[in-house]
Amino acid sequence: MNDIEHIENGSETASGGVSSISAGEGSPKMTTRNVEVYYGEKQAINGVSIDINMDNVTAFIGPSGCGKSTFLRCLNRMNDTIPIAKVTGDIELDNEDIYAPDMDVVQLRARVGMVFQKPNPFPKSIYDNIAYGPRIHGLASGKDELDHIVETSLQRAGLWGEVQDRLDDSGTALSGGQQQRLCIARAIAVDPEVILMDEPCSALDPIATAKIEELIHEIRGKYAIVIVTHNMQQAARVSQRTAFFHLGTLVEYGVTSDIFTNPTQEKTRDYITGRYG
Amino acid sequence: MNSAAISPVDPTPTDWRGEVMQRRIKKRYAAERRFKTLGIGSVLLSASFLAFLLFVMVGNGLRGFTQTELPLDLDFPALTGGASASQFEGPNAEANLKSLGVQEIVDAGIDIQYGENSELFSAGAWKAVRSAILQNPNIVEQKTTLTLPVESEIDVAYKSDGSKAAEQIVAKFDNELSTGFNWNFLSNSDATDPMQVGIWGALKGSLITMIITLLMAFPIGVLAALYLEEYAPKNRITDLIEVSINNLAAVPSIIFGLLGLAVFLNIFGLPRSAALVGGLTLALMTMPVIVISGRNAVKSVPPSIREAALGIGASPIQVVFHHVLPLALPGILTGTIIGMARALGETAPLLMIGMRAFIATPPNGVTDPATVLPVQIFLWSDEVNRGFVEKTSAAIIVLLLFLLTMNALAIYLRNRFETRW
Amino acid sequence: MNTTTLLILVIGLGLLGWVVGRAKAARLVAASSSKGSVHSLPNYHGWYVALWGVVPAILFLSIWNIVSPALITDAALTSPAAEALPKDGFTRGSILAEARSIANGDQTKAFNPLSTSMVEPYQAATSYYQTIGMVAALLLVFACGAFAWLKIKPELRARTKIERVTMMTLLLASLIAIVTTIGIFVSLIFESARFFSMVSPIDFLFGTEWNPKAVAGPRGESGFGAIPLFWGTVFIGAIIAMIVAIPLGLMSAIYLTQYAPPTFRAWMKPILEVLAGVPTVVYGYFAALTVAPALRDFAVSIGISNASSESALAAGVVMGIMIIPFVSSMADDSIAAVPSAMRDGSLAMGATKSETIKKVLIPAALPGVVGGVLLAVSRAIGETMIVVMAAGLAANMTANPFSSVTTVTTQIVQLLTGDQEFDSPKTLAAFALGLVLFIVTLLLNLIALRVVKKYREAYE
Repeated sequence: MNDIEHIENGSETASGGVSSISAGEGSPKMTTRNVEVYYGEKQAINGVSIDINMDNVTAFIGPSGCGKSTFLRCLNRMNDTIPIAKVTGDIELDNEDIYAPDMDVVQLRARVGMVFQKPNPFPKSIYDNIAYGPRIHGLASGKDELDHIVETSLQRAGLWGEVQDRLDDSGTALSGGQQQRLCIARAIAVDPEVILMDEPCSALDPIATAKIEELIHEIRGKYAIVIVTHNMQQAARVSQRTAFFHLGTLVEYGVTSDIFTNPTQEKTRDYITGRYG
Repeated sequence: MNSAAISPVDPTPTDWRGEVMQRRIKKRYAAERRFKTLGIGSVLLSASFLAFLLFVMVGNGLRGFTQTELPLDLDFPALTGGASASQFEGPNAEANLKSLGVQEIVDAGIDIQYGENSELFSAGAWKAVRSAILQNPNIVEQKTTLTLPVESEIDVAYKSDGSKAAEQIVAKFDNELSTGFNWNFLSNSDATDPMQVGIWGALKGSLITMIITLLMAFPIGVLAALYLEEYAPKNRITDLIEVSINNLAAVPSIIFGLLGLAVFLNIFGLPRSAALVGGLTLALMTMPVIVISGRNAVKSVPPSIREAALGIGASPIQVVFHHVLPLALPGILTGTIIGMARALGETAPLLMIGMRAFIATPPNGVTDPATVLPVQIFLWSDEVNRGFVEKTSAAIIVLLLFLLTMNALAIYLRNRFETRW
Repeated sequence: MNTTTLLILVIGLGLLGWVVGRAKAARLVAASSSKGSVHSLPNYHGWYVALWGVVPAILFLSIWNIVSPALITDAALTSPAAEALPKDGFTRGSILAEARSIANGDQTKAFNPLSTSMVEPYQAATSYYQTIGMVAALLLVFACGAFAWLKIKPELRARTKIERVTMMTLLLASLIAIVTTIGIFVSLIFESARFFSMVSPIDFLFGTEWNPKAVAGPRGESGFGAIPLFWGTVFIGAIIAMIVAIPLGLMSAIYLTQYAPPTFRAWMKPILEVLAGVPTVVYGYFAALTVAPALRDFAVSIGISNASSESALAAGVVMGIMIIPFVSSMADDSIAAVPSAMRDGSLAMGATKSETIKKVLIPAALPGVVGGVLLAVSRAIGETMIVVMAAGLAANMTANPFSSVTTVTTQIVQLLTGDQEFDSPKTLAAFALGLVLFIVTLLLNLIALRVVKKYREAYE
């Protein structure tokens, strides 16, 4: 378990120059204030404060090693699995501190689902892959209900038509793009509130990528979605809000179209126009 | 994407705070704790098996290094009829002692002090008197009191619980009985009387056997490892060699014993029970271990070293013998020591080639009948006489000490010379 | 002069050859005008001469040592004393053997007076042929060494030649593994074939009565039905031992890899490995001295009156303890090979650690674990000392763990110790049992390795 230091919200953004931390209209689903992450001695995230809204797809962009994935993993405490990682600052989900001692990690991760960079289906049948989450969390009271959850999850992930006749096949037998949609369906099946996607398309071909992006578009609004991507076109296509990270700090956060057409920060402009990264 | 009508999974969002969910979470955490407890329990149980085994062996075995002694007054001038100390000095001492008849003198002394047929002392007690005279010949000219080992049953009764008769004797002589270190245990060989047995013969047999094993298995193992890792072309024969080595490493040791019996004894006609045959058999068993560990050590030498050597014009043989082998040697040695430790503890194949004979004199050559420490342990464990229990355990302690030393050496080598590239 | 002295002499001459060859090459180098005009370093020329001197002589000596006993016997038989020998092959052979050992000094007194008369001719023939061998070997050393020495010239590629020899040596060393495997297989097959010519394989493999002591004469043997032994082996090695070793080994591996704090792991892992390093004879003694009596007392106290002091349970439990580190390290490897993405995938859905282990890691690692268990079984059924010392000799077909059963390895030891006649079915039966054991362990290993390999490939 990581030590959490609650830092006063007053010392806003040492990096300066962040235009806004707000996600716009409505109350935010998740809020983070002054998040810092250390891997042993090394600091990976430096004072990031950001709000994530229910209605939006939020994209994190930035050059490799800028800390966007590290930050994403703070949001459902997957960093707990790395013994030397230490997270400080405030991260709240529906105004609850997710690093509070009484917060249950297991429940948190059910509420904040995650899709990984490389598709990682379990070496079980497609059905069992989806049913795994509902089973461990006890979300279905019977076989029928479980079937229903599996079906709707696969439908939402746009995979139902392709796999409905072979639910007993191994999840690892699917193509890469199908595997990733299976992982999304698996995340959906536990009925999360937030879905974190860590470069979900980086291991996929363009056609599979397009399908995933379409899927993100479809499920938007039902879940708060945060997507980390190094592909700026993808960020522009799928997100409504974009956060630009650089060297562990949040440089700029705002409406996606503004970020891409009229960034306020020099660094953002350089990155967007391809001067580095 | 086929937009099938998307119905919500659940019309109402999951109530994570609800009572049902909380109860479920509690149950899941209870299962988590149970599982973890089961895990640590398994580790501790396994470790406690080891602790218990060592405890039993040490508890029984430490007594095997001691012997119970009883003082005996010997009036040498009267018993020997006036032998002089000078007889037992110099080169003729042994011969003169023989003609003196120490055994009869001691028996007479025992009869005088404790009555005839007392059967208090070990049958080998006179040997202690003999070495006492050799050490200090002057005692033959005076009245002396020597403490001598008692008979085995009394020894057992004094150390722990013995037979009724023996316990009575112990009670009678309780004030005179004492405990001394049993040097004979380290210098004698096998015997029928537990008070006179020793492990030196078996230890020497083990030593000779291990030297033969090492001389055979080490060069062959290293050369084969070098060949397979550095030169072997990809072909049938290489595959066959690899399969053979991997299989040999997994063949039960008793099968090697059968091989030794059929080939070394029956075809080559080598002598039974000899350290030579034992060493050869164990060498065949150890060789695959050395090859496998040797290959790993050779593999871990980075290719850049080979390229550098080749780049300055070394031949492939020179590359390997000048650069790769020296760098891989610590790893190979570690594997060799581990393989040798295994061979040292091996019993079954040696039983097959007849190394289970009663060997009362230590072997003096590779073809002399010999036994080894583990086999000696096995033979003593079969003895009915209770005195052998502690001797068996004591021999086990010695064996485990040797293995511990070898393994510690291997670990030291690994830590001292292991290079991370 | 005996063979050892001769060998040392030959090697000494080889050393001399090395010095002489090296010296000549060094002179060539000194005399040569330009660098590199002598192909190889002087050392290689030295080796060239030494190897030429020693290798043919040693080859000759080893052949001579095989051939000469027959020549000596032939020569001795031509002597007048040989005419008194009986014609009967067996007595004749034994007299000759006795005479030979007296002549060589292995034996001092003869049992058969005829042997004494043969000693003299034997000694004469022995010294005659020994002298021939010695002279021939030394001549060979000088001739071949001189030949090599004469061949030393600046352009001689001595290094290449030496390296070719080295390469051959490496290859030969590797071939010993194949030779050993073939040796095992052939000797087992050969002796088993002799056994099966006396006892039908069907009776052996499917017979249910094992009682080799009762077997009377040649042909028509019964009492070689090995089913009780197979059952005992499986009962102890594959059932009881595994019931102990699999849960303990698996749970230990899981705890040490997934839960334990690093320092705890650093201490406990080697401690568990020590269990695998304890010699089996020590386990056997532990089983016989401590575990078996305790189990018998326990059995008697719960009302099993016929509990024996040598029980399948005692041997099986102790064997299981011995196997724990084996199972645990195989499980450790298999679990470590499961990609961490899979573990993260499960944790990210809100599964607890134990749920992740039970439902994702173990199923994913299962092929590896199964492979490891198969290897452990193969090791357990080939294990000898524990069962010899603790399981007993009674060939019972029983599932009662408190009764005594016997195993294949126990019976091999039993049949081959004591007075052996090499042709009796009793002795040969040991080889037939060995063959079965060899084949079964081989198959188990092959299957296990294949399973593990397939599993590894699945994650690469």
